[in-house]
Amino acid sequence: MPQVAERHETYAADFEAFRETPAFGPEWLGTARSSAFARFIAGGFPTTRDEEWKFTNVAAIAATPFRRIGAAEGFSRADLEPFLFTDASRLLAVVINGRFSARLSSLDSLPAGVTISGMAEAMTDQPPLEGPSLKSAHPFVLLNTAFCEGGVFVHIEPKAVVTEPIHVLFISAPGADPGLVAPRLFVVAGEQSQSSIVENYAGVGDAPVLTTAVTEFLLGPGAMMDHVKVQRETAEAFHMASTFVHLHRASTFTSQAITFGGRIARNDITATLAGDGAECTLNGLYVADGETLVDTHTTIDHAMPHCPSHEVYKGILAGRAKAVFNGKIIVRPDAQKTDAKQTNKALLLSDEASINTKPQLEIFADDVKCTHGAAIGQLDADQLFYLRARGIGLQDARNMLIHAFASDVLNGIKHDAVRERLEQVLVEKLHLPV
Amino acid sequence: MSTQEETIEQLATREYKYGFETILESDTFPPGLNEDVVRAISAKKDEPAWMLEFRLRSFRTWQKMAEPTWHNLHIEPIDYYGISYYSAPKAKPQLASLDELDPEVRRTFEKLGIPIEEQKMLANVAVDAVFDSVSVATTFRAKLGEMGVIFCSFSEAVKDHPDLVKQYLGSVVPYTDNYFATLNSAVFSDGSFVYIPKGVKCPMELSTYFRINAKNTGQFERTLIIADEGSQVSYLEGCTAPMRDEHQLHAAVVELVALDRATIKYSTIQNWYPGDKEGKGGIYNFVTKRGRAMTDSKITWTQVETGSAITWKYPSCILQGDNSVGEFYSVATTNNRQQADTGTKMIHLGKNTRSTIVSKGISAGFGQNTYRGAVKIGKNAHGARNYSQCDSLLIGDKCGAHTFPYLQIKNSTAMVEHEASTSKIGEDQIFYCRQRGIATEDAVNMIVSGFCKEVFRELPMEFAVEAQKLLSISLEGSVG
Repeated sequence: MPQVAERHETYAADFEAFRETPAFGPEWLGTARSSAFARFIAGGFPTTRDEEWKFTNVAAIAATPFRRIGAAEGFSRADLEPFLFTDASRLLAVVINGRFSARLSSLDSLPAGVTISGMAEAMTDQPPLEGPSLKSAHPFVLLNTAFCEGGVFVHIEPKAVVTEPIHVLFISAPGADPGLVAPRLFVVAGEQSQSSIVENYAGVGDAPVLTTAVTEFLLGPGAMMDHVKVQRETAEAFHMASTFVHLHRASTFTSQAITFGGRIARNDITATLAGDGAECTLNGLYVADGETLVDTHTTIDHAMPHCPSHEVYKGILAGRAKAVFNGKIIVRPDAQKTDAKQTNKALLLSDEASINTKPQLEIFADDVKCTHGAAIGQLDADQLFYLRARGIGLQDARNMLIHAFASDVLNGIKHDAVRERLEQVLVEKLHLPV
Repeated sequence: MSTQEETIEQLATREYKYGFETILESDTFPPGLNEDVVRAISAKKDEPAWMLEFRLRSFRTWQKMAEPTWHNLHIEPIDYYGISYYSAPKAKPQLASLDELDPEVRRTFEKLGIPIEEQKMLANVAVDAVFDSVSVATTFRAKLGEMGVIFCSFSEAVKDHPDLVKQYLGSVVPYTDNYFATLNSAVFSDGSFVYIPKGVKCPMELSTYFRINAKNTGQFERTLIIADEGSQVSYLEGCTAPMRDEHQLHAAVVELVALDRATIKYSTIQNWYPGDKEGKGGIYNFVTKRGRAMTDSKITWTQVETGSAITWKYPSCILQGDNSVGEFYSVATTNNRQQADTGTKMIHLGKNTRSTIVSKGISAGFGQNTYRGAVKIGKNAHGARNYSQCDSLLIGDKCGAHTFPYLQIKNSTAMVEHEASTSKIGEDQIFYCRQRGIATEDAVNMIVSGFCKEVFRELPMEFAVEAQKLLSISLEGSVG
């Protein structure tokens, strides 16, 4: 087992420097930061001895001296263009290097009932904005809590119905040296509100960047939230994201997470069904090639009865890509009538690609239906034959099948502009002819 | 459901059927574990120097190891130095017939309902009864001898067939493998040894009954089965144990070697004492079972696990040769405070290797049942195929069912499928049966047997009957 070479000195120095800036925040936040940083230092970066990190070696992160970086100035709207979705980016909040940029955002014509502000301002408000992430012991969440300088806060008022998606674009733009980016997205959806959010991570530049993203969704009773997460940072990016979803009674959370990688892209998604009849759908597609490692850990915690949850994760792996999938479903003793379904499918397109998957069920109630399935393989020879027998060339047939494999998840994206753009990115990524 | 509560109550008060004690003059070591104890065990068994060397190497390794904690079990700390590591029935004459057997031992077997004679007559089974770590009677040996089959206790094998033992001992489960296997390698008392020569189909099912008898003594069996090229063997193992107050430690190692084109079928019924309804007493069962399958060979593990307070057991296959096949069929039930963490590991190394996993977990009372499995497809395992299915059945709302399947795939031509489900016995199913005049209890038994059908089908006939009976006893009345 490789022992991670710790590099705490740079973080400690940066933390002390950060403590002197106004962005360190009010007292409660300062205390939370100091405690998080102390816990991070005590635990260090995880190693492969750690069950949750068994197949994901973060030695490369520990060995790189990531420094706190400033807000990159000089970005223009035109620079953002490649990452926007034509029709779906009218409501746009932009975060550069973990700091909200009012200048690049377009939030002038917010629909009724929607408040969007920078996270830095929201964090200084009273009462303190304490989400489930503050209780997490995840090392990268701790790092984010310690160093977070901003992000976006979204508040949807009770009964507000927002038809247009709110696009939150996070750009990581390190300078010449490895940079640490710690953005946050905090969404509060009021009772019976309906809204959708596109959470989009992109990157520019050649230097390594460590993005420790933390996203929190608090859904009030009966709230409906449609979430799309897109991750396509540079090949030198380490994307270590944690998403926390807290669902109250009869609320619905639907998510499609599309991950295109970086050097390591790790997504930890924890959804807590904390009220009767809450419903959660977590779908995802990861596409990786080259040396990329994509790691998805999901936990769906059925704490209350009568909650359905659905999960479909699909992976397409080429080159020497590695994938890890760990889908945990917990059914607590009270959560009777739970109906949980989980599927993980992976397509290996090369002999060098590999996947480690662990669907995990922990069930403490008896009147429940829980199923999970995992399937790993290559393109079906019969299906290829069927297409080729009809005069479709091998390459085209393969592309059709790969496209069909991905479409299960992509089709779940409700906004046409987002879906079409992502299909295009997929095609480019896998060098599939259009 | 009030009837359910009632029946759970009934179940909870049911006494362990096989609880009794045999007063038997034991030749027991005082509690404690050190190199002298290891040497004494070896001396007691009159072992050659290389065997002692193996034990000491293991013991020294074990001292440096830490007890595993990754399992999903709550185990009270075990005092490994407070256990006696050797006990044997004193007189051990070579018997020509069963009449010469110690009458005390005979009575024990009769109380257990294991009629050796009857088995001999009816089932054509050669029984190697391991009574407290040392073989008491070995039958059918002459008949097997004609075909060149070696079926004897492990100690005898060390004396009579040292070359075979030397060659294969630790070849599948190395002495450094894990905490419990290493402990076993150091202090194993006895066990069974089987060798099937080239091209021989073993004419009968081989079976061993293990039984823990002397108080405060862990049993550490070691089983080694070697099936030479083109041979076939079916081996049965079944256990029962008398009632006890202290936790008893059981750490066994089973190694299977299937050479080219050989077939080994290993079936187990495990019914150690599970402890009382508060979880007091009961056997701690830590077993390392593994088989190595060479070209075109096949290894099948079938297990029915109904007993033990703690079951920690992962019968595995290393599919080393091309076209080799590994199978694992399991039924595990946990009732009252029983805990089971069991499953399998299928390691695909050769081309076109295939494996099947069917695991059925049943939890009742406060039982916690965990399936933990791994399917590894190596880089060169082209065309490897795996199908896994693990289903859990929950009876009552205080129990738990957990699945931890690991799939690690490094070859794109592999096909791996895993399915798991968890459910309870449907009220509509019970209603359907009741409507047709079938009592609730019988209906539950029917449904449970249906749930486990795929596994029972794999058991040899006489075992299948016993397994069904055991299962219905261990779940008696747990649903209303």
